Amino acid sequence: MPEMTVQAEPTLGVGRRTDVLLSVRDLAVSFGLRGQKSVTAVDEVSFDIRPGQHVGLVGESGSGKSVTALAIMGLLPKRGVEVGGTVEYAGRDLRSLREQDMAELRGSDIAMVFQDPMSSLNPVVTIGIQLEEVIRRHEKVDKREARDRAEVLLRRVGIPDPGRRLGEYPHQLSGGMRQRVLIAIALACGPKLLIADEPTTALDVTIQAQVLEVLKELVAETDAALLMITHDLGVVAGLCDEVNVMYAGRIVESTTRARLFAAPRHPYTGGLLESIPRLDKPRGTPLRPIPGSPTQTIPWTEGCAFAPRCRNKIDQCTETSPALEKLADRKLRCFNPLPAEADRNGVDE
Amino acid sequence: MSIQIPPAALAPDTLDSEEEHGVGLWRGAFRRMRRNPTAIVGALIVLGFLLVAIFGPLLTSYQPGSAEWSGQVTPTSVPGPSENHWLGLDRFGSDMWTQLVYGARQSLVYGVVSTALGLTVGAALGAIAGGFGAIGGRFGTWVDTAIMRVVDIMLAIPSLLLAVSIAAVLGQNKYSIMIAVGVAQVPIFARLLRGSMLGQGQADYVLAAGALGLRKRRIVIGHVMPNSIGPTIVQATLNLATAIIEVAALSYLGLGEADPAVAEWGRMLVAAQDRFDVAPRLAILPGIAIAVTALGFTLFGEALREALDPRTRK
Repeated sequence: MPEMTVQAEPTLGVGRRTDVLLSVRDLAVSFGLRGQKSVTAVDEVSFDIRPGQHVGLVGESGSGKSVTALAIMGLLPKRGVEVGGTVEYAGRDLRSLREQDMAELRGSDIAMVFQDPMSSLNPVVTIGIQLEEVIRRHEKVDKREARDRAEVLLRRVGIPDPGRRLGEYPHQLSGGMRQRVLIAIALACGPKLLIADEPTTALDVTIQAQVLEVLKELVAETDAALLMITHDLGVVAGLCDEVNVMYAGRIVESTTRARLFAAPRHPYTGGLLESIPRLDKPRGTPLRPIPGSPTQTIPWTEGCAFAPRCRNKIDQCTETSPALEKLADRKLRCFNPLPAEADRNGVDE
Repeated sequence: MSIQIPPAALAPDTLDSEEEHGVGLWRGAFRRMRRNPTAIVGALIVLGFLLVAIFGPLLTSYQPGSAEWSGQVTPTSVPGPSENHWLGLDRFGSDMWTQLVYGARQSLVYGVVSTALGLTVGAALGAIAGGFGAIGGRFGTWVDTAIMRVVDIMLAIPSLLLAVSIAAVLGQNKYSIMIAVGVAQVPIFARLLRGSMLGQGQADYVLAAGALGLRKRRIVIGHVMPNSIGPTIVQATLNLATAIIEVAALSYLGLGEADPAVAEWGRMLVAAQDRFDVAPRLAILPGIAIAVTALGFTLFGEALREALDPRTRK
């Protein structure tokens, strides 16, 4: 692991940096079978992750977060799916890698934790075997050593009596434990990048906090970079250095966590923040939900997809499509953003 | 001729009631079966059948097909139950009980061998087609389609007709009847396993296994197969019943075992035909033997299916 560069001022640079671990450029994914109109799920998505950095990808259901993750992993089905743009990992273009070479990277360099811990574990295979097979796939160890390491991993994710648990089946574990097992499996080979796709969504609120804590600790311990995909701004607040907010398949705002929470500029981000309770507002203050539903979008080609639900909508919004503009402190895709409140206090930078 | 099982019948589920906790899939199924009267009846019949088939020689002091007492049989009378022959004699003058007992052995061997043959070939074809189809990409789809079209052709031919044709081609011997009944079962197993493997191929854990970089072969053999094999095993139990009936049917049609010294239920029915008016038990007894055995395997198979089906777990 190379030494991490600690930067006083988090960069938002688009330019190629030598210390970038994952660089996603103009990622576009569209689904469609022959003869049918294709649907664009993700478009113009670009972001960087530096070694050890924690980046959030936030958006509601259907905003293209998971598709982005699967596209990075090269796990989208081949048929009926078109992927554009580039995904570079440590300087290698993942999209031009052969399938075998990509498989070598998966699970060892880049690992992923999925949303549903029940269905992501094989129900008829013991968790011990599921852990061991990853270790043995990527490293030359014998069965015994793999089992020992599996036990250590389970202990590290906070599963009591790991020796016994190794012989158990997924349905014998609780939801939280299963997610811990998935985290253990993902971290088994010391990945440099961990993609966590809504790892806590399927869990109880109390368990969510525990699992996030485990994830946070282990990611810090192993120096892995983290791409956290979530719809939960609370998770972002606790875990991420930088945040990309997605809406209808495109990034609409991208900045550091502190800036995002202190002064959201995109009306969508602002709406998200206003729709969750905050400690710095008086009790009883009504929450302001975002009007409408995510289904009310217009195609990006005809304007801003968020326009139908936007409080700040101006005529331009439904005439031309806004581009992702680089501002001093963030990237923003909006014609009529919320006012900058750079001097706002109360949030540590 | 076969009972269709929904491909997802075995997909283990998310339920874990208190009782289920700490219990593996198969052990849980066993527990549920123990509480199910149907399963117990089926299991008892199957067990009884197995015991009779295996320990047959201990249950009788006579030899099958001996025709020892043929002098007592006349065109108008077949001696009924007596002190020495508690089910009487058959129309050739052999002990009826001995014929039935040894017939059980024949049925078991034929049923198991032919089902095993059908299962092996069918499951192999289904596994290849399903494995390639599930995660093999474009080439895999091609392999899957090619195999399944051949299987479809087999399926289009009625199984008994197929069995008759094979028996006719291979001649009248015991192997041809096993092969005939076995081959007729191939498409069932092939389609069943392929279907459940394709279904499991869409499961999240397959995607997750891909995200761990596991090799495709490993994913198919280590993950997709174990989750898909259950319905096929259940089907094999059910098919044993069908196989026993089909073996009897083929024997009845004169395509089975040629050696008259070998007792066989289907052939006993043929022999009983022209004495039905004087001694109906000659047909009724082997008929009951066939029906009860088939019923036993069917009940057992159905109960097994239910016990493994997540939707019927209570």
